[in-house]
Amino acid sequence: MRTHNNVILETMIRLVLFIIILFSVYIFFAGHYYPGGGFIGGLMTAGAIVLMLIAYDIKTVSIILPFNYRIMTGIGLLFAIGTSAGAIFFNVPFLTHAFGHIVLPVLGDISLHTATLFDLGVYLVVVGVTMTIIQTIGEDE
Amino acid sequence: MNEIANYFIAFFILAGAFLSMAATLGVIRLPDVYTRNHAASKAATLGVMSILFGTFLYFYFLEGHFNSRLILGIAFVFMTSPVAGHLISRAAYHTGVEMTDRSVHDALKNAKHMTASKDTE
Repeated sequence: MRTHNNVILETMIRLVLFIIILFSVYIFFAGHYYPGGGFIGGLMTAGAIVLMLIAYDIKTVSIILPFNYRIMTGIGLLFAIGTSAGAIFFNVPFLTHAFGHIVLPVLGDISLHTATLFDLGVYLVVVGVTMTIIQTIGEDE
Repeated sequence: MNEIANYFIAFFILAGAFLSMAATLGVIRLPDVYTRNHAASKAATLGVMSILFGTFLYFYFLEGHFNSRLILGIAFVFMTSPVAGHLISRAAYHTGVEMTDRSVHDALKNAKHMTASKDTE
């Protein structure tokens, strides 16, 4: 239980957390055309959660974000293998990805690629593994 | 337009480099943790911010590219660097790092004893 008065750190982390999460999402989605992608986006999201763990204790953070990070790793691996194995059903080799431009009513012309779903798998695995390592080390009971 | 922009860019980047050097000299020259931290967190923050702003101006005026990540970086450094300085100084004070001999007043002395007695309870 925290007894120390940490107002400045907690307030600043509350503000900064949104910027970091937003930037990690940006990095994740920019990965196809600019530097970035699932790995660094996942690491940055995990960094934001670690920042929250610094300001609050491990129980509070598990109340705020009730994720089981081991299951998150599994879901990420399922995403990766699912998008890779989906190619088999279209009579193309394993890991073949589809790409296309789609015009949506509000967003206009956007390019959709199934590699983004693969990248989402990488993202979830990176967040899950990093948070599993840090929480396993951090929990001392 | 580009000539004027060049002077602004050069000014901001050189000012940032100078402020970073001033921060380094302050860390070397000043006597104790708190004054060194004062120099490092203030001057280095402004130095990094002006270098980032100069970079932003360069890309905006000479390349025609509005790089919002640099603006975000300026805001981020501006918010987090003083907090980092505060936390380092606070950690140093709570672990009992001495102030320099020339300091005359310690307004936190009573508060420190109070928290110390609270911790031992």
